[in-house]
Amino acid sequence: MTTTTLPTSTTTDHLDLLESHAIFILREVVAECERPVLLFSGGKDSAVLLHLAVKAFAPQQLPFPVMHIDTGQNFPEVIDFRDATVERVGARLVVAKVQDTIDQGKVQDPGIMGSRNRLQTVTLLDAINDNNFDAAFGGARRDEDKARAKERILSFRDTFGQWDPRKQRPELWQIYQGKVNPGESVRAFPLSDWTELDVWQYIQREQMALPAIYFAHDRDVVMRDGMYLAVGPFVEPRDSETVERLSVRFRTVGDANCTGAVKSHAATLEAIIDEVALANVSERGATRADDKFSETAMEDRKREGYF
Amino acid sequence: MELATRDLLRLATIGSVDDGKSTLIGRILVDTRQLFDDQLDAVAEASEKRGVGDLDLSFVTDGLRAEREQGITIDVAYRYATSPTRKFIIADCPGHVQYTGNMATGASTADLALVVLDVASGLKEQTRRHLCIAALLGVRSIIVAVNKMDAVDWSKLAFERVVDEIQALARDLDFTSVSIIPVSALLGDNVVESSVHFPWYDGPTVLEALESSEAGAWEHTTTRGARLPIQWVLRQSGGGRTYAGMVNGDTFHVGDRVTLLPANIETTITAMNFGGDEISEATVGLAADIALADETNAGRGDLIATAPLPSVVNELKTTICWFGEKPLVIGQRLKMKHTSKVTPVRVKLINGVIDIEKLDIDESTTLTTNDIGLATLQTADLLVVDDYRSNRVTGSFVLIDEATNATVAAGMVGHASFL
Repeated sequence: MTTTTLPTSTTTDHLDLLESHAIFILREVVAECERPVLLFSGGKDSAVLLHLAVKAFAPQQLPFPVMHIDTGQNFPEVIDFRDATVERVGARLVVAKVQDTIDQGKVQDPGIMGSRNRLQTVTLLDAINDNNFDAAFGGARRDEDKARAKERILSFRDTFGQWDPRKQRPELWQIYQGKVNPGESVRAFPLSDWTELDVWQYIQREQMALPAIYFAHDRDVVMRDGMYLAVGPFVEPRDSETVERLSVRFRTVGDANCTGAVKSHAATLEAIIDEVALANVSERGATRADDKFSETAMEDRKREGYF
Repeated sequence: MELATRDLLRLATIGSVDDGKSTLIGRILVDTRQLFDDQLDAVAEASEKRGVGDLDLSFVTDGLRAEREQGITIDVAYRYATSPTRKFIIADCPGHVQYTGNMATGASTADLALVVLDVASGLKEQTRRHLCIAALLGVRSIIVAVNKMDAVDWSKLAFERVVDEIQALARDLDFTSVSIIPVSALLGDNVVESSVHFPWYDGPTVLEALESSEAGAWEHTTTRGARLPIQWVLRQSGGGRTYAGMVNGDTFHVGDRVTLLPANIETTITAMNFGGDEISEATVGLAADIALADETNAGRGDLIATAPLPSVVNELKTTICWFGEKPLVIGQRLKMKHTSKVTPVRVKLINGVIDIEKLDIDESTTLTTNDIGLATLQTADLLVVDDYRSNRVTGSFVLIDEATNATVAAGMVGHASFL
């Protein structure tokens, strides 16, 4: 038996406070809602979220399934990581495929090279309805985007899955109120108060595994719309583009055709933390074409029901 | 890079429309280099599009489309900053009276209120109202940035006039720590960088004041006694159960004599865990789980406590911030969420509405939207409570509309001493 002495409140590392707060939120939502689900993309934030969920309910199994909204345009390393992680923690995995939504004729196929980012919302909302989920945990953080900075930890969604930023429930103290009527749901964001640096420091502290694409590696890339995109089945070089082989890594994990790589030699968690601490471009700004369309791109997608 | 242990300071900004709250936060973030280049570019672009000059810092926090179009803050924006000594969580709260619920959301977890006001207009009704709400919510420290000093030629006289007004109100509201700082959020004077314009001022900048304030105040309690509201029951692998929840108040230790409430069963802590690992003590803020010596049927909504014990009640005197669209009336039925317990309640009495200007209580038998008043509530189930002033966790609750499930009120057990 190992006995650890936890630090007292005055010396508690801020990561301990963030960790306990997130565990508290996970337990509260599971207790209040009938059918919760954890949205798991295989990215670092959802990996931290799943890690916290395991801690929140240890030694029991997770009292809810995890769900991946699969655009079909993933990095293979991420799918490998997803499957290995879900198996290790013994969770039930639900995969909802954007391809199925396209095949059902609910949305138009943007083609192999087109972005499926916005189509995911339809797949996500259908999956929530089909499975009668009334709460969905997400790894979103408020430091990611100015619309997310405004969102409650428990974010109420109407029967169409929409977020109305003008009608958010007052959320005082640590009283999280997740009661909904049939067809309505909440999104719960236990990592709301974490920053990108907090996430990396926590991953290091907990010695967590991550998909290999987060660490520096050599890869063929092309520069497109100001970002390095990985050459592969979803990104074919155009005539005007030059393929370069560079040491890169990914700061976020999204679709292979709209997630940019950053030049980096950071191959370890220590090196990544140093890099993140000194970065002068935001995580989404550096790497996400989906947020570059307009000043309120994230707000508009969230209103429609996005993650 | 050294990952030193850092404190976490939660602050709420409050103040009236157009006094420069969002600009001050924008200035803090820009001058402490918390904003990334692409975020600054986006702010510059948005400023240009609306013809408001090179860089309208309020766009840093006013993230919603309607906020940018109307030039007001509707909901709380959370921002994060780090100084060499601590991490800051900044809740930038809206000023308009119709968004009082959002303001209270931001202030409810704050260690400290950062108040921004225009030196030319002094304490507006809006700011007085917000200071009063912050005080009712238990905020004890304020830092007041007296803004737009550039517009009054950095006048000491203008500053001192406002100082007198603030100090009088701060005394009335029982704030224990008050710093008043002349600033220009627009130009950056005395926000992060000190200023050459105030030879007559030798106090701290806003950032220095933030770095030296007490953190963790909101979860600290003045009552002794440890509390664990049970959120969830965990089945352990060798049989047996543990009770999971977040600790507040004093520390629990293995071997402590504890009382399970409201059943009033005395027992002993035999083991405690965090995240599946055994621990010997659990302090405030820790999401722990506890094993008890005696077999009980404890569950969600019950509370484990050490002495001095909280009260077990089915009728309580409360302070209510009412956010509902229709007035709250005597006899009304609602649901209450208090810690992890949800119970039906009925309004037995409305004992008056608080006059924010005079800080006394006017007679009233209803509360209208954004009123703060005193009410006596009857609960269907027994509640385990402390007075809000001694414990913000076991002393707070929200009221829920039974039909829509909307959160229609924030409530506190007891009422503030200044009333």
